[in-house]
Amino acid sequence: MTGYGAARLLREGLRGHRGWTPAWRSPEPKPDYDVVIVGGGGHGLATAYYLARVHGVRRVAVVEKGWIGGGNTGRNTTVVRSSYFYPESVALYDLALRLYEGLSRELDFNIMLSQRGILTVAHTEMEMDVCARIVNAMQINGTDAELFDAERVRRVAPLLATSPGSRYPVLGGFWQGRAGVARHDAVAWGYARAADRLGVDIIQNCEVLDFIVENGACAGVVTARGPIRAGRVGLAAASHSAVLAAKAGFELPLHVYTLQAMVSEPIKPALDTVVLSLGTGVYVSQSDKGELVFGGGIDRVTSFAQRGNPPVQEAVISGLLEMFPAFGQLKLMRQWAGIVDVAPDSSPIIGPSPLPGLFLNCGWGTGGFKAIPAGGFLMAHLLARGEHHEISRPFDLDRFARGALIDEAAGSGIAH
Amino acid sequence: MQIFTCPFCGARDETEFRFMGEAGKQRPEGGRAVGEAEWAAYLYLQRNEKGPVREIWMHQPCGELFLLARDNVTHAAEPGVGLRPEGA
Repeated sequence: MTGYGAARLLREGLRGHRGWTPAWRSPEPKPDYDVVIVGGGGHGLATAYYLARVHGVRRVAVVEKGWIGGGNTGRNTTVVRSSYFYPESVALYDLALRLYEGLSRELDFNIMLSQRGILTVAHTEMEMDVCARIVNAMQINGTDAELFDAERVRRVAPLLATSPGSRYPVLGGFWQGRAGVARHDAVAWGYARAADRLGVDIIQNCEVLDFIVENGACAGVVTARGPIRAGRVGLAAASHSAVLAAKAGFELPLHVYTLQAMVSEPIKPALDTVVLSLGTGVYVSQSDKGELVFGGGIDRVTSFAQRGNPPVQEAVISGLLEMFPAFGQLKLMRQWAGIVDVAPDSSPIIGPSPLPGLFLNCGWGTGGFKAIPAGGFLMAHLLARGEHHEISRPFDLDRFARGALIDEAAGSGIAH
Repeated sequence: MQIFTCPFCGARDETEFRFMGEAGKQRPEGGRAVGEAEWAAYLYLQRNEKGPVREIWMHQPCGELFLLARDNVTHAAEPGVGLRPEGA
């Protein structure tokens, strides 16, 4: 019995919590699988789950060099939303949001999705125009969005400095009510447990060092625990996708940057939505524990170091305090960083790689967490059928040579 | 705060510098004769090596472009090396 229902919690509580068993197995790698997925983050685990659940492909292994969810999946600020500009992006991120909406039930694992809405605020007339443009685009593309004036912004986030005398006066903004936050670890664990129950082998502490290439095609991976053969290989290793691509003999259009996040000490409920500023690039929400979770732009120094530098911390914190002067009383509790793989158009790369048999799911940059269900769903389709789902087609690697970029950096005002 | 060394101005804070690209890229010769794939490779593809790298950076206050050898895991950086030909 591996459920976490109230009766079980009570029983285990009375028995000193000695009856819990691991939520997934730790199997030895088999010599071969139908599909091997490199990277046990959210995208890799979701890919394995949908391969088994939707496509009936159950001879699947997820190979992770550390522990599952220990990379960017466990380092992000947990925001989920589909407030993007281009039709291709809204189709992609709204698929993710729709899957998130049913995920706790589907996985029988509470991912603590809280659709508290995201408020994007504008500080200038130009930013208000940008908001109106994005709202129009989002509505045309079939997702929810609403333009707010300053009064409605004040009602949603009363602590926000909105007066004309503020450093960043608020003229209004836009609202996506279905957006919110979810527990990031639970997303990884929920997909892991569900995939494991369907027979997927999750192999942790097993770094992929190279690819097995036979007759010009990928036939498996070489790991720290020996070779594992596979019919198809999926690469979902975020920034290390670029490092592994070199082993497979090709380069990717990615830059690898550090993205920092921070939390304050916990306080009583003060902010019941997610707030993002178009001017400062700072976004903030309050966790269930009461901490303010916030971040902003990337560190402009390419880095694999998984730690951030003080200049960006200073810019993010000062941006937050200009927006919410009351938060200046709080102590900063923790600061950390993940390394993000950013494509030139700030859109992901999903599709076949230059090496036949090897498929890519990378380039999510600063927005990978919100897309986990869609990334997994589309990657599973690709690995099971060898061809694109219509939603992933525009995100193929070929868009760079075709000049068909999906420039969300410009389209939706991503701050980095 | 990281400190980088501009070959013209000396050691300065990282905030004064801008990463321009990986060193060693050659713009394809041949204009229209160059194919889409080659242009895309020149414009977008990166080596993304982990560890010691050689990159082109700009020191923004003086505009100097220079070669920076650094390690993108430890963040150790050698002094920048100028790109101007001798005597220029």
